[in-house]
Formats: sequence, C-alpha cells, structure tokens
Amino acid sequence: MDIREVLNERILVLDGAMGTMIQRHNLTEEDFRKGWFENHASPLKGNNDLLSLTRPDIIEEIHRLYYAAGADIAETNTFSGTTIAQADYGLESAVYAINFHSAQLARKVADEFTSKEPNKPRFVAGSIGPTNRTASISPDVNDPGYRAVTFDDLVVAYTQQVEALMDGGVDILLVETVFDTLNAKAALFAIDEVFEKRGVKIPIMVSGTITDASGRTLTGQTAEAFLISISHLPLLSVGFNCALGASMMRPYLQVLAKNAPFAVSAHPNAGLPNEFGKYDETAAMMAVQIKDFLDENLINIIGGCCGTTPDHIQAIANLAKNYKPRQIDLNY
Amino acid sequence: MSNNLPPLKLSGLEPLIVTKETNFINIGERTNVTGSRAFLRMIKEGRFEDALSVALEQVQGGAQIIDVNMDEGMIDGKAAMIQFLNLIASEPDISRVPIMIDSSKWEIIEAGLKCIQGKGIVNSISLKEGEENFKEQAKKIKRYGAAVIVMAFDEAGQADSYERRIEICERSYRILVDQVNFPAQDIIFDPNIFPVATGMEEHNNNAVDFFRATKWIRTNLPGAHVSGGVSNVSFSFRGNDKVREAMHSVFLYYAIKEGMDMGIVNPTMLEIYDNIPKDLLEYVEDVILNRRSDATERLLEFAETVKGDATKKEVDLSWRDAPVQERLAHALIKGIVEFIDEDTEECRKLYPRPIQVIEGPLMDGMNVVGDLFGSGKMFLPQVVKSARVMKKAVAVLLPYIELEKSGASSSAGKVLMATVKGDVHDIGKNIVGVVLGCNNYEVVDLGVMVPAEKIIETAIREKVDVIGLSGLITPSLDEMVHMAKEMQRAGLSIPLMIGGATTSKVHTAVKIEEHYTNGPTIHVLDASRSVTVVESLLGQRKTDFVAAIKTEYDTLRTHHEKHRNAKRLLSLEVARKNRFQIDWKQEDLVTPKFIGNQTLLNYPLEKLVEYIDWTPFFQTWELHGKFPQILQDEIVGEEATKLFADAQEMLTKIVHEKWLEARAVVGLYPANSIGDDIEIYADESRSKTLIVQHALRQQTEKVAGAPSMSLSDFIAPKDLNLKDYVGGFVVTTGIGLEEKVAEFEAEHDDYNSILLKALGDRLAEAFAEHLHALVRTDLWGYAVGENLNNDELIKEKYQGIRPAPGYPACPDHTEKVGLFELLDATKITGVTLTESLAMLPTSSVSGWYFAHPQAKYFGLGKITEEQVADIAKRNGRSNDEMSRWLGSVIH
Repeated sequence: MDIREVLNERILVLDGAMGTMIQRHNLTEEDFRKGWFENHASPLKGNNDLLSLTRPDIIEEIHRLYYAAGADIAETNTFSGTTIAQADYGLESAVYAINFHSAQLARKVADEFTSKEPNKPRFVAGSIGPTNRTASISPDVNDPGYRAVTFDDLVVAYTQQVEALMDGGVDILLVETVFDTLNAKAALFAIDEVFEKRGVKIPIMVSGTITDASGRTLTGQTAEAFLISISHLPLLSVGFNCALGASMMRPYLQVLAKNAPFAVSAHPNAGLPNEFGKYDETAAMMAVQIKDFLDENLINIIGGCCGTTPDHIQAIANLAKNYKPRQIDLNY
Repeated sequence: MSNNLPPLKLSGLEPLIVTKETNFINIGERTNVTGSRAFLRMIKEGRFEDALSVALEQVQGGAQIIDVNMDEGMIDGKAAMIQFLNLIASEPDISRVPIMIDSSKWEIIEAGLKCIQGKGIVNSISLKEGEENFKEQAKKIKRYGAAVIVMAFDEAGQADSYERRIEICERSYRILVDQVNFPAQDIIFDPNIFPVATGMEEHNNNAVDFFRATKWIRTNLPGAHVSGGVSNVSFSFRGNDKVREAMHSVFLYYAIKEGMDMGIVNPTMLEIYDNIPKDLLEYVEDVILNRRSDATERLLEFAETVKGDATKKEVDLSWRDAPVQERLAHALIKGIVEFIDEDTEECRKLYPRPIQVIEGPLMDGMNVVGDLFGSGKMFLPQVVKSARVMKKAVAVLLPYIELEKSGASSSAGKVLMATVKGDVHDIGKNIVGVVLGCNNYEVVDLGVMVPAEKIIETAIREKVDVIGLSGLITPSLDEMVHMAKEMQRAGLSIPLMIGGATTSKVHTAVKIEEHYTNGPTIHVLDASRSVTVVESLLGQRKTDFVAAIKTEYDTLRTHHEKHRNAKRLLSLEVARKNRFQIDWKQEDLVTPKFIGNQTLLNYPLEKLVEYIDWTPFFQTWELHGKFPQILQDEIVGEEATKLFADAQEMLTKIVHEKWLEARAVVGLYPANSIGDDIEIYADESRSKTLIVQHALRQQTEKVAGAPSMSLSDFIAPKDLNLKDYVGGFVVTTGIGLEEKVAEFEAEHDDYNSILLKALGDRLAEAFAEHLHALVRTDLWGYAVGENLNNDELIKEKYQGIRPAPGYPACPDHTEKVGLFELLDATKITGVTLTESLAMLPTSSVSGWYFAHPQAKYFGLGKITEEQVADIAKRNGRSNDEMSRWLGSVIH
C-alpha cells in the first residue's frame, strides 16, 4: 500500500531510539567485531551501525519490539552510515555493507508484521544522519572561511549511502537530525541524482533539529527559513527531531504545520538529558505533551528520538490512533 | 495578477517571502567587483574583513538580498566566491538575508550554490548558449534549491526592443515551466535595463520598452517576477549624481507601477521621488518616458546647472561668525584647537557657572561626535582630535570649577583602564580611554604595569562601573586570568572588559570568563566597540546583554572544546623525526665578517624613515587598508590622508629636532644545533658555549610531506662538523619618547601623544628591517648582492629570517633572557625586560638571525604538555613556570 494513502487516513507512528535500546545489552568490543572486523586495528565499540552486521540478532529484535509496540515505520540502523562518519573508525569500506544489511534486516521484520496484519502495513525508513561535519561552519574559530567538509564531499558520501539503502529495500529515505541545512541540501542533491539515474523515486522525509530555545538550527536558521531551504524537492514530510523534548518542540512544529505543503513529522527526545546524560521522561510523561500536538492538529507522523523506548512508542501509538491526521494535499 | 501559485520564498537564516505586499525588494549591489572599485580592491588585496563590512553595511542599510559578484580577470573568481560566501555564513547579521550569486561563469555560480544553506537566487542564466545548456543549468539550480534570474538574451543576442524582450522571456518561461518543471514563482526575469539619453536616437525608448515588457511579463507569465540593475539607466550621466539619483527614482517609480518587484539598487544613489525639484523632475521624466524628441538635449543642458562642484577647497573661516556655542560645537566636530581657548573663555562668561559650559555646549558637541563615530561617519583619528579639543576646553574651565568647588559631575559612568602587570603597551588602551571620554564616561587610567591589587583597590575606592584590562604580549593573557581570579576572590562583581592585540573572544571565553563568575567578562575587539559594550553594560538592557554574551561564550567554549578534541597533535618523538630537512653544505654557510657584538648608538633616524611599513600605522588608528592605496580609499581615504600628513610633519620634527635616539646591538656567533637546541659558542674553536637557545617544534598534524618545523632545523647539526652561525639583535627608537609624551599629555594632547607612540613603534620596526638588510649585505654579508625595495622587504623576499621571541615562530618569551645576556643588551641599548619579559621602552624590537637560504618564517601552532615538560627540563625552569609562559600555545 502506498504510504501517501495511509497518511491521509491516520497518523503514522515512527519508532523510538536505537542507541538507548542497544545500551541495554551492555555490549563489549567483541560484539562490534564479530565475524566482520575481528582484526580491525582501532577500537570499534560505540560504532552502533556495525551491529547490523556483527550482531544482527540484536538489531532485528529492536525493530521487532518497536513494530510490536505499534510503530508503522522503523528506521534502519544507519545513522552514521557514511564514509565521512565512518572515517573516525577507519571503516569507510564498510559503508555499503552497513546500509545494505541494515535495510534488509528492517525489511525482513517489516514484511513479517505486514503479513500478520495486512491492514496495518509496516514501512522501513532508511536513516540518513547529518555526518559529524558541517558544511556551513568552520571548526576553526580563527579561520571562519575554512570548511572541514565540502558540499561535493557530502554528495559523494550520501550518494553511496542512498544507493545501498535503496538496494537493501527501504520504502522511504529519512534525512534526519539536520543541524546544518547545507548538509541536508547535499543529501537531497544526492538523492535527486540517484532517483534520476535509477528512474525510481521513493518518498523522502526531512527532519531538522532546533538546537535550543533560540528556536534556530545549529547553523542559525529559523524553522521557517529551514523549511524554505529544503522545499525544492517534493518531500513526503518535514519535521523536527532530537535536541528538545516534546513540549519545547511545539512552537516550531506550529510553524511547519502552518507553512509546509508536506506532511509534518516529529520525533522528540524523552525530555532533556539529566546531569548524567540520561533521559528521564517516562512514556506517560511524554504522552501528555504529545497529546497537545494532536489536539492542535499539528502532526502527521510521530515517534521518538533519544531516550525513548518501546514503552514510549506504545503510549504514543495508543494516543495517536484516536486522532485524525493534519490535512494535507499530497498530490504531486 | 492572480494565480494559485505560492509566492516566491527565499531564505538566509531568516525567511524572505515575496508577495504583493512586499512591493519592491531591494538587492544590495556593493559586494560586486564589477560595480565597486573599492570592493574589487578589497578582494584583490585579500581584505575579506573589509569586504564583509561592506556586506554588513548593506544589510544594515536595508538591503533585503545581497548580490555577490566576483567576475574579474585579475582574481580567482571561484575561490573568491567560495571564501566570501563561507565568511558570510559565519556572520549572522549578514547571512540572515538570502544571497544572490551573480556571475557570468557557470563554474562560479555552481561553486557559490555549494556554499549557501538558505534558498538564494542565481544571477543569471539565459538562452545565449542554446536551449540544452539553459535546461541543464536550470535543472541543476533546481536541484541545488535556488531561484533564478533569467536574462532576456538568446542565441541571437540581447533583447533590445519590446518585441524581442517578450519573445525571449516567453520562450524561456515555457522551457523552464513545461520542460524543466521549474517552479514558475522561482523565475525572475531581467528584461535588460539600458541607458537612455545617450545621444543615440535608438536608445530613447529603452526605459519605455522595459516598462512595457515588465507589464507584459507580469500579465502573461504567471508567477514570474521582474528585476534589473537600475543604475544602468543613468549611465550617460556618470559624474553627476544629482541627475542620476533623480533618474533612478523616476525609473523605479514607473517600473514598480508596471510590476517590477525587485531590483539591484544603491540606496544612497536614490532620491525620494517627491523630493526631486519640479524642474529636474520634468526634464528627467521627459527622458525616461521618451516624451519629447529634444528631451536629451534639454536634460543635458539642465544637468550642467545642477552639477555640484566639490573641487575647490580653501580654509573657510566663515564659521567664526556664528554664535560662540556653535563655534564650540564646530571646533569639536572638526577637531580644530586653534581658537578653543578664547572661545571657551568667551562662553564661560555667558553662563552663570563654568560647569554649565561643559554640560551644555561642549557635551552637545561631543554627543554629535559620538553619534557620528558610532554610525561610521567619523573615524578614529578625527575622534581623537575632537577629544583633544574637549580636553583643552575643560582645562580652561577647570580652575574656575575648582574655585567653585562644586565637583558635581554628570558622567555617564566610570571606567577603570589599565595595562596589566608586566606589560607596557598602552596605545590601544589610551585610544579606548579617549573614545570613552568622548562619550561622557569618566576614565580612571592607571597606566601600564598595574598589579592586580592596585586595580582592585582603585576599583573599590573609586566605585568604578567597569574595569578594562589591556595587554599586548602573550604573558599578559595569563595575567588577565590571574586578574579574573583575584576579582572573584575580592568579591567584586564589576563587569570586566578584555582588550589588546593578543586577546581574543575565544581566549576570553575559554580561559578568563570561568574564573570570574560574580560578574560579566567581555572581550572588546577594538576601540570603536568599547562604547557600545560599556553602554550595554550600564544600560537598562544589561541583563539581556550579559545573558547573550554568556550564551555566546558558552557556545564558543563548547565549540573550542570539540575542536580541540578533534585536533590531533603529533608526539614530540614523531614530530622530531619529521623535522625540516636541509641538505647541509659548507658553501651555503657564510662566515660573518666579525664574531661578537657590535653597537650602533645615536643611529641617524633619517636613514630609517624609508623603511617604515605604514600599513600597521593606519591599523593602530583603526583605518584598515594597505598603504599607499588607503590614501585613495573611498571611505577612509580622506582621513587617512590627513593622518598621514600629520604623521609626516611629526616625523620631520622627530628627525630634525632629535626627539628620539635610535640604538642597536648586533651579535653574530658560531652555532650548531643539537636536537632542538642551538648551542651558541664564544669563538670558532666552538669549545665554549655562551648560551643555549631552546627551540620549540611544531606538533600539529601535517599533510603528507610537510615537515614539523623548529628554528633549530635551520642551524647545521653539531655532528656534521660544519661551521654554522646564528645572530641576535636588539634595537630601540624609544629613548627620549617618554619625556616627549609627557609634554603632550601635560598639554592635554592625546592626539599627538598617541601619534608619537605609534611613530616610535614604526621607527623601531623600520630600524629592525634596516639593520637586517645591513646584516645581510654587510655585517654578516651572506647576501651581498641583494637589491630589494621596501615593498619587497615588507613581503619578506630576502634570504634568511629574523624571528622575534614572543612571536609565532618562537612564542617563548623566556628566550629573550638569553638573547639579552648574549648581547649585553640592557647595558648597551638601555632596553630592559619587565617581569613578563616585555621590552621597555616599548618602541623596541629584538630577535634572532638565521641566514640559511632555506630558513623561512612559520607559526609554531599548538604544542603538547609533553613538549612543555621537555623544554622546562632543557632550560632549567619548572614545569609550572613554563606552562605559564607558553599558556597560549599549549593544546
């Protein structure tokens, strides 16, 4: 079933945090190497994307838990699946495998659920992270004209990730946690080129990150300027994720809901991190805030980012099914 | 015009949505090398800072989009576009507006598109090179997410009639909308604004054709916009701004009526339509609207009568006829001291109390000065001259005020200024003091080398509102950290301002601010910002201001921390293996004419004048630009010329009346390197080591093949048994300076006091340059045939280097101790070292000479704690002490 049709009928639920779930397993260095990188020279622990290869059982199980909790869309475990992000580990060569196998893992679990519940089809969104470099800001405050990464570098890296995700069978591409819009524009550029080359288009979601109460992205754009800057492709949805808890995100979602010709998505954190870097908001606490989004009719797609778990997603899904989605015209 | 299309939406950091209500969007045109010679000069000379301020001025002046054009044969347009757009991205006050990337070269356009995060506009594409090219470019632009300007230009040429304009625009529109799927509302047509009144009949209808084409486009091509470069229309009246301004206004008045909704306009070249004199308006409208066949002749004739003549200039004393209050204001604003004593005296008799002269006419005049300076209409040298007038006037009044014993002052606030302990540099501090004084702040200046206790004690006793610290040498940074800790300990919460050449916002945020949590700490970049900072600190919006600074510094700290972690340094061992390799040959090593020290006393100053590098002199006065071009600069040229004339006049006096004495000592000695150390020997036997110079080595990670440099790499290693040499020098031109400065200060003449100090510094640098040439061609004689002019010297084209301890190649100030000992410098030249190892008098320079043809300048960069410990061991100081001296370079 086409996701656009489903979007007209109901609010779709995105899954929750991957990292939080992985942490529960208390993995060791060995888990990140198993069968693939046994002799790799540098430490790999913490490079979560590798687990799709070395511990597929764990990733598969996490997808399963989220779908079972009511998620319609699961994100692939590929947030750092670019040569740029993997360069820190010297694993540029693993990028294709990471994306391809991550997509296949999620695909397998999605199909399993869809066949059990045909009236609630499950979708796979290929997660495309921001990389760890910014094309609009210099890392050297003394040399503001310097750039650690160029638009061209990003296009090359994103092209590779997009190709592998599509080869692996994702339904959607999700350009997320956009803190520098220029990085996102490079991702969209790469996607548009791949679509043209393949003669195939799949839906694109873009999700930005408002860094703090200033209401701006890390690179200084307001919510509306961000929307304008990424509207040149016909997106499935635009939204915000990460950095903020749900209630803090609301004013910026209002801007999108008012101006976006696309669906609007949100996957906030479970509040702000406490002094130990942990997220305290329980499923119930988060659901109360998300109810405000729904009452205000701001949202078409809702899920969770850092600190959220299947409990959170279940609470959100239970809430969302009682509401109609925000009205949009997706006829393009 | 109605259609269902969404409006044109653009973005920088903020949105710009073009609707019917926005009426006319004006596009800034001054960041364009083809349109502004001043801007071209900035780009050519790499003065991107200045170029940024042009962009900022435009945005502040109301430009809603800025056009950036780097199409000039003499510059690398692509590189300049990338660099400038990247720099704009880090200036939120500029990048809040959308960017228009303007180039006739696709390569530059595409490079620009890769630099902007917002949705900008490409200016421009056209059918000039055929449909395929046009479609390909449009498709790319869409993919990059930008709007586009389409020129009315096709394979057959540029449209010059109404019919050709609409034919090309319609064809372009159909291709874009139907074939490329380009959003119609993102298309902006430029139907060519051509000059009128050129004397050629076929040009007479140019404006009218443009108006008609605009109307046709807006009626028949749904969504599309119309733009153009307005100044073109008045091209034939170059040199007559009054007529041009009127022509622009009239043109826009009619073009906007027909639907032109954006345009490239210089807002300062625009008269308000209603303010155009009726007769001029009539002549201009006749021309623009092509209303009569003799319109051009009539306007030309009329233009002769409105030509302003700015050529004649003689001393105008008519202002002397005005009432005395106005004369005071005039003298203050123009900086004229000539009549100030008599005028002040005259004014005093008019007021019941002498203080009222200060509070009334004098402060009124200074307020005008402050406003003009704040808005960039007056420059620092003028302000300092104004301050001199003010001080002289106050000096006249002071005895009467004392007599009255009223003492009540109405200052806006009290600011304590001090150069920190161990440092003696005070030009910048004095300038800040003057500027604050001009803005009605009372300045308590504690002078130089002021210890923390004294600053704190004075601050409490005088109940100051702000403390400003200044320093130039790197150890002063550490002293400022100490000051912050002491202020915290003393329980003060007075705002702390940090300034001086080596200070920075980052250093302030990372190293100073955290130690002083009771009150705000703010870095002040230059004198012109000091007023705004003090005003904000003492004003009603203090809380907001302080909070904003805190947030900014927090971000800087986080950013710095991230960057620091990301930056990798090599271990000392690896860096040493990667040393700079010289293929050592004895024939490259020239034996000096003498071994030991040579002294030059009472050196003729006139020989130094030609070696002066004037560019830094103007920087001292916050006039930025290269000498001599700065004298012709559009913006600061006039003031720079005046300042230069004053400097020349004083320089003549310095030389002829022998205000200063120049002294120097040069030492040339046998030397060899051992690892990173350089052993300096008493004589050719190389058996007795006089001192050891401990060089630092670069540790930042290098690209493949680039060496990790150390000064010791330029001296032949001991084990090769080659005869190599090193030199050292100390020069000063500061003997006699303090006395003369004191004379000026007694006359309340800050202007001449600062001027003299700045010239003293320049002469010392000139002496160092001259002495180096003397060493190369004669005293050491390793480059006897050298023939370089001053410009080539400034560009360091000579063989060998003269790095100075405390500067980038050897940031370790402690090297000065050995250098001074080797040269017996204090005894010979009278130059002493302070506890922070600053040289006194300030107009002094010291350094080493390295002669090898491959020796070159480099910056040390950051080093590790490992190297600090290593050098501490080598030079017999404690780890703690070396960490303090090298604080600013430790990673």
